[in-house]
Amino acid sequence: MMSEELPYSASEMLSVMSGRLLTDGQTVFAGVGIPLLAATLAQRIHGPGITILFEGGTLGPFVVPGELPASTNEQRCTRRANMLLSITDVLLLLQRGYVDVGFMGGAQIDRYGNLNSSFIGSPENPSVRLPGTGGGNDISSLTQMIVAIKHEKRRFVEKVDFVTSPGFLTGNSTRHDTGLISGGMYRVVTDLAIMGFDEMTKSMKVEALHPGVTAEEVRDNTGFDILIGKDVSVTKAPTDEELSVLRHLDPDRVYIA
Amino acid sequence: MTQNYLDLRAATEARDRSLRSKVMTLEKATEIVQDGDHIAIGGCTASRTPLAMIWALIRAKKNDLSISRSIVSTEGDLLFGSGICDHIITSWFSQGIVWGISKVMRSYTETKRAKFEEWSHMSLGLRYRAGAMGIPFMPTRAMMGSDVANQLENLREIECPFTGDKLLLVPALNPDVALIHVQRCDEYGNAQIDGLQFMDLDLAMAANKVILTTENIVSNDQIRRRPDQTKIPFLTVDAVVEVPYGAAPHECYGMYEPFFKHMDDYADLTKDDPDNGVAKYLDRYYYEPSNWPEYLSLLGVEQMLDATRRGRSIYDV
Repeated sequence: MMSEELPYSASEMLSVMSGRLLTDGQTVFAGVGIPLLAATLAQRIHGPGITILFEGGTLGPFVVPGELPASTNEQRCTRRANMLLSITDVLLLLQRGYVDVGFMGGAQIDRYGNLNSSFIGSPENPSVRLPGTGGGNDISSLTQMIVAIKHEKRRFVEKVDFVTSPGFLTGNSTRHDTGLISGGMYRVVTDLAIMGFDEMTKSMKVEALHPGVTAEEVRDNTGFDILIGKDVSVTKAPTDEELSVLRHLDPDRVYIA
Repeated sequence: MTQNYLDLRAATEARDRSLRSKVMTLEKATEIVQDGDHIAIGGCTASRTPLAMIWALIRAKKNDLSISRSIVSTEGDLLFGSGICDHIITSWFSQGIVWGISKVMRSYTETKRAKFEEWSHMSLGLRYRAGAMGIPFMPTRAMMGSDVANQLENLREIECPFTGDKLLLVPALNPDVALIHVQRCDEYGNAQIDGLQFMDLDLAMAANKVILTTENIVSNDQIRRRPDQTKIPFLTVDAVVEVPYGAAPHECYGMYEPFFKHMDDYADLTKDDPDNGVAKYLDRYYYEPSNWPEYLSLLGVEQMLDATRRGRSIYDV
């Protein structure tokens, strides 16, 4: 895990690494918290032409530093936006194909990138009833996904307790066969590594390790047999500029603590 | 909740849809809601929640309501805790991300005293839209292959007759009553909504009856000066109730942001013993005040001013 001496927190690592995956000009459907921070960071550093969409109905806002919204549905989300749509219509932009990347977190993820944000334990008798899908299911059904999540064994499980947001279901062509003919998991970003998915089997595989992280550490913190290629690259540590922009956006460290 | 089309039309035709005053008190408006009704709530999460109307329905001790809303926040806790509703249909249910998972929702659903029926956000929106369009279902490309869909009984998968694509059909939702809070409307129910619209127009058109609460009743002349700003047609509206701070302690765009300290205190109160916490909250804020102004004074002038200052800041650009 991240050692104490590093000059950045795990959440800052997640924000920086996932923000770097976005490219200028993309349309990004973002949840609040790390996805919003990462997308805003990308806007400031390398992608001024990134358009953010919020589930609450906002098209193309610029959030105000220190006034980060607590949900995607409140007035803080609308600052300097281009347009406010209804919730249903902004979600329909996903189905119509206007969104390049969906960007969210999750409580639990499995080998095939399925996400659970509904139940811990069995759905009939859960040990924890979680808040549910929100737009997560729609986003993951309809576009390419980046997921930012902390790398812990209890979160990276062989099989999620409940498929809230579909990844590649049971691998191979099962996602396509079920009727989800577009979208799918693109990258999973953690505080240890960046993962993609095998082209054929759709099983999760490590694409890059963060500086100082070993393949062993990733295996030890993953609850399934994760693929690790021989040629994995190493990411560049967060720069001072990236960290200072992040801390400027979230001075009270609501999300980057 | 998917109604026979001719019954739906007959109910609409039987309503007095003329341009007439519909202004009434909160208490009078509660009579529109019948025990056993399905009620759709406007706004989303902690935004433009019609809390004054919910407050009045809880005080009127309604029974056996089912509720739907795009995303449910603290009002869901209070609906469960008060016992007037034991079934909520929504896509996401908790106070808000910064406050973590709702302990009251957990307590009620994990002990099976109440049901949280989970739909994807868009599919719930499409259900209201189908209801608003007067058609029995909408097709969607989302939700297939997920356990969200597997858990729901009321879905059909089809092969598109034109393209052969697999599609999921979600049934129309025509609520008995929709509760919607707006910044301003006239006495007839022409409602203007500033900021995010959420699913409110679809709710109004889908529902058999609509109760509007409003921060402010304005003249019909003022509405006619800017008809482009009217978002809810008066034809759909059955009651208009003027309630200043009618969404407090949630937010109302451009007028007030959430009363954050109150929301923090609520989360603390319900953290360790959710059942007792929500019962205490209901006693103090829902049952004991004799009227809405008394409720607002319990929230406190200081918090109200702070929320108002932050709310108005949206126009400082």
